[in-house]
Amino acid sequence: MAESATPIVEIKGVSKVFQLQDQTIHALSGANLSINKGEFICLIGASGCGKSTLLRIMAGFDQPSSGEALMWGKPIAGPDPSRGMVFQDYALFPWLSVRANIGFGPASRGLGAAEVKQIVDKFIDLVGLSKFANAYPHQLSGGMKQRVAIARVLANDAELVLMDEPFGALDAMTRERLQDELLDIWERTRLTVVFVTHAVEEAILLANRVVVMTPGPGRIESDNLL
Amino acid sequence: MAIVETVSAPAATGAAGPTRAATRSTWSRLKPTVLALIVPLILLVFWQVATTQQWTRLIPTPYAVGEYMIDFAVGGIYDDAYSATLTTHLLASMSRVYGGFALAALFALPIGILIGRVPTARMVLDPFLQVMRPIPVTAWLPLSMILFGLGAKSAFALVCLGAFYPILLNTIFGVRSVDPKLFEAASMLGCRGNAQFYKVVLPAATPSIFTGLRLGLGLAWFVIVVGEMTGVPQGLGAVIMDGRTLSRTELVICGMIVIGLAGYISDRVVVALGNYLLRWSPNHHG
Repeated sequence: MAESATPIVEIKGVSKVFQLQDQTIHALSGANLSINKGEFICLIGASGCGKSTLLRIMAGFDQPSSGEALMWGKPIAGPDPSRGMVFQDYALFPWLSVRANIGFGPASRGLGAAEVKQIVDKFIDLVGLSKFANAYPHQLSGGMKQRVAIARVLANDAELVLMDEPFGALDAMTRERLQDELLDIWERTRLTVVFVTHAVEEAILLANRVVVMTPGPGRIESDNLL
Repeated sequence: MAIVETVSAPAATGAAGPTRAATRSTWSRLKPTVLALIVPLILLVFWQVATTQQWTRLIPTPYAVGEYMIDFAVGGIYDDAYSATLTTHLLASMSRVYGGFALAALFALPIGILIGRVPTARMVLDPFLQVMRPIPVTAWLPLSMILFGLGAKSAFALVCLGAFYPILLNTIFGVRSVDPKLFEAASMLGCRGNAQFYKVVLPAATPSIFTGLRLGLGLAWFVIVVGEMTGVPQGLGAVIMDGRTLSRTELVICGMIVIGLAGYISDRVVVALGNYLLRWSPNHHG
């Protein structure tokens, strides 16, 4: 896919050092990665290999200690609606209904009520939650909450969807169903997805490219196109 | 549990089904009330026995207090200075409780938000308020009367002081303990800076703030007697103080019962309001 075009995300020699009391932790050391539009990449590795750190740098939540993280050739300075994050523990707004959670992004960007409603209707339907539009997060199962989290990122026009072990807390059956649904959404929308997981089977099932990372210090071990 | 029973009851089949289901659902509706009345009834019986056996001569019988309560409410039995004055005193106390409470909320909410969100404000105000907090409202009585004079202003100030700290502390806790993930979620969705205060911090803190307001209103009722030791002519606290000076124990007990019931009803209304406003919150059902 699109070999000649500019990559959507480029990670150039990125290192990340954390200071924990008197300890220095090298979470990431000299990582290089280039992601093309439309790819589904899985970052896989044992805990502590820096895969979540790399994802957080792409999201703009953390800044690299050295090196560069670029999106469309421009440095990633902070969180932005073009890069949506799906958290393992959902991070939905508990005081908002399913509908309002999905509409949070569009409303924050200043769209009018009618436009927000139209967008919400579309994505609530895409993730199959129309019947639960007015429910609150605590009334939903884990799988349904994660569907809302995916929908609110898609509703906000994210080009790049970053997923941090999104199905890690779900039971096996729900996980399989959501994996299928995610692939289906990816095929329909041609989004770019970076998906962090520690499960090899999940990575092979979902990704068209698997990036393996190793810990101590965190670095990229291999990059495999499937 | 009661809900489960009422829902499952109509599903029961067989000849005796409907009547048994009806009996069961009636019982499950009455059960909370019946259970709640057990302790007051035991106490009432003990009170009756203790006074008729003359274990004490200073406390009137429940019957005498009941009779006096009717006279206090509508008059027509003793026709003394306190007959048919309950509404006047209740309204006077209510105006102080709700007025003092509203004043407390007006101060405590912004100060709590400031302390919770601005580190400098926390360093300036928190130590001072922590030292002031253990001082009981009773201890403030003399100073309050000097500062605000004898009468209603003093009463307002003392009630306000009593309600202030629970609102303040719960507001601080609420705005400080917002899940950091929610800020990340908001900022990646395009909500940044000051907008996060209104769209994340305030809604996330509402359950805590609500708990503070509920405790504050409870304490406002709790300190009303002290508040009305400031020489106000009307109010339930004033009635209790008069009863004490006149050695009229039945008057004291009537005042106590009215305060208890008024505080209870006021709290139930607040809880019902909270259950509605905070229906999104899984752990907020009082």
